[in-house]
Amino acid sequence: MPKRGDFKVEKLSEIAKRRNQIKQRKSDIMAHFNFENNLSELTKLDAPMQRGPLMRWQRKALSLDDQAGAGGSSDRHLSLPEGIAGGLSPRRTRIGSSRTPSKGSKTPLTCRTPNRTPGKTPGNSKKVSGKTPNKKTPLTPHSDRFIPSRSTTDQDLGHYLMMNNENENPLAGGKVDYQQRVTENICKGQQDPQNAKILSFRQKAPQAKEGYLNNLKVLYSSGKCSAPKALSTRQIPQQPDRILDAPELLDDYYLNLLDWSSHNHLALALGGSVYLWNAGNSTVTLLCELESEEEYISCVSWIKEGNILAVGNSTGAVQLWDVSQQKLMRTMGGHAARVGSLAWNSYILSSGCRSGAIHHHDVRVADHQVGTLTSHAQEVCGLQWAPDGRYLASGGNDNLLNVWEGMAEAPVHSFTHHMAAVKAVAWCPWQPSVLASGGGTADRHIRLWNVLTGACLHSVDTNSQVCSILWSSSYKELISGHGFSQNQLIIWKYPAMGRVAELTGHTARVLGLAMSPDGSTVASAAADETIRLWRCFEIDKQRKSSSSKSFKEPVTKSALQRGIR
Amino acid sequence: MAGKLAQKSAITLRGSTDIVAEFFSYGINSILYQRGIYPPETFSRCQKYGLTLLVTTDDTLKKYLAEVLAQIKEWLYSMTVQKLVVVIKSVDTAEVLERWQFDIECDKSAKDPGAKPREKSEADINKEISAVIRQITATVTFLPLLETACVFDLLVYTDKDLDVPDSWGESGPQFISNSEEVRLRSFTTTIHKVDAMVCYKKDD
Repeated sequence: MPKRGDFKVEKLSEIAKRRNQIKQRKSDIMAHFNFENNLSELTKLDAPMQRGPLMRWQRKALSLDDQAGAGGSSDRHLSLPEGIAGGLSPRRTRIGSSRTPSKGSKTPLTCRTPNRTPGKTPGNSKKVSGKTPNKKTPLTPHSDRFIPSRSTTDQDLGHYLMMNNENENPLAGGKVDYQQRVTENICKGQQDPQNAKILSFRQKAPQAKEGYLNNLKVLYSSGKCSAPKALSTRQIPQQPDRILDAPELLDDYYLNLLDWSSHNHLALALGGSVYLWNAGNSTVTLLCELESEEEYISCVSWIKEGNILAVGNSTGAVQLWDVSQQKLMRTMGGHAARVGSLAWNSYILSSGCRSGAIHHHDVRVADHQVGTLTSHAQEVCGLQWAPDGRYLASGGNDNLLNVWEGMAEAPVHSFTHHMAAVKAVAWCPWQPSVLASGGGTADRHIRLWNVLTGACLHSVDTNSQVCSILWSSSYKELISGHGFSQNQLIIWKYPAMGRVAELTGHTARVLGLAMSPDGSTVASAAADETIRLWRCFEIDKQRKSSSSKSFKEPVTKSALQRGIR
Repeated sequence: MAGKLAQKSAITLRGSTDIVAEFFSYGINSILYQRGIYPPETFSRCQKYGLTLLVTTDDTLKKYLAEVLAQIKEWLYSMTVQKLVVVIKSVDTAEVLERWQFDIECDKSAKDPGAKPREKSEADINKEISAVIRQITATVTFLPLLETACVFDLLVYTDKDLDVPDSWGESGPQFISNSEEVRLRSFTTTIHKVDAMVCYKKDD
């Protein structure tokens, strides 16, 4: 009885011979039309394929023939012609069985059905030994099995495992040892994989809906994104009024290095020095300088009256400077690490530290530390007292926003909604119980809170790290400073929180904002070592005069009256 | 659960497995939300460990996670699990882009029938867990963008002699070829210790 393999090879070679003969004849007759023929053959998509894999029905016919020849087994096998099978794994399906064809990676090891090892079935020998009649078969595998979850199938592993099962030659003694050592080294000292089994649940996780694209790319790629804009009824200049140079400005998100006094002085900390810029006559004075090179100023804050500047530095000390005399008034210690945030409440100065502690200092008395708050586990970067002095809001690197009542030791509210450091903390000047907070890179939201009820009034996604928020009473708006990718300042309309304007210009992330005493200009300090002054809340002269008119009228009346007499 | 409330500082094996399995559930949900594997609209907030965490609302995904975690819980109880790995692969190229590995060290002496419950306050454990989850959230600052649509898979490293249930199959470790590794914090319940680490593909 002829061997199965031989039979098939014979038949195919005959077909091949015939084909070649036809071709020769054709080429002889129409040699000069060859090129055109080839082209048209290639481009004709509906003609029967001359040089493709055998059609399914053809393959089945061939395999049936084989089976008839060999006295067939209960299983049917689909066998591919040599051209395709060379180098690729044979795909097997069980027609008529209830089990769905298994995925490549799972079959060889755990499947308990018989007849699975490729080497054992007779049909396999032709794979390697047979001749290739059709030399121009495409190499893309042609299969008709159902793969439930293509994305999570480890096809490489499956292929490797199936291929390896045939040529399994046991290694010599020394080689086993060598191989073990190599695997150990490759796994970088992790647990010897031979001791562990790696399992994966068969049914894979559902895939995200079609067409869902990871939107983080939109967030984190540069380029202007079209944001919905609220109608702005006033002209906001897109260019800054002035740009000031700020060399050596520390690019540290957690520090607060900018503050504007009520006497119109802008205080700026550059490295270890504090400079004062007089906004009225544009003069610059160096207020103080730290002696040591390793130390730096970490926070500056003006007292409400505008004559004293509190300076916090990296050693944990807070200094009070009399600006008119340029003299150091006192130094208050007590912190274990740098002081990143300061907030005044008449004569109480609160300081937030990298350790998470907040100290209250009474600056009038010698024993200055009058309170200690320890609710934060990481650096306190945002700190502000409410305008009426009732509440203190603190934001930390532990993503907490705490609200304290007066000098209480425990916070009234502890908000955990933010998913990143809360540096931007600002109280509403005209509504004493409304607080705005902004989150860092992983959060990017601005949230408005009512501290009396503890409710989150509003939450807006800004698509960028929020470093600072300021309120504008004259226009009932908020302005926020941002980082990657636009480094812009956004003006929001309160309470609807629609975007009024976006001010771009900084080439690196904005680190802090400060507002002028008249409320018309906002200064932004950024990592590009510049300070830009934006005249975005222009005091409307008409409105100003109309409000002053109402004051003038009674005066003129009385003057007239006096005159008349 | 009632037993755990009654003795706040005593940790039993059963209690410890509950804590670790719960951590994995919230941790995996956080990773899926932060890396944008599923649309953010399908996540809802819940309060846990003193943080606001996001968990998925998609039923199929919830079912999948529940089944997998139930099995992992059993393995935690029998102390046969060594690692849990969350693999993030690109859909089109099936290339592994990120690999979150949680190493589990079990203190085998806790399995003895006469073992006393360990002393560790739940508040301490919660604090440690919240630190790890906050770190996972913060990794967005250095992990490279996932440009293509991705899919995730869960791998479990168990002891060699474990009897594999039907619904689980063997798989490769799915390492990343050119990777950068960052170790995150760990937490321990005195019976189980969990280390976290993330490997991502270096993009040069």
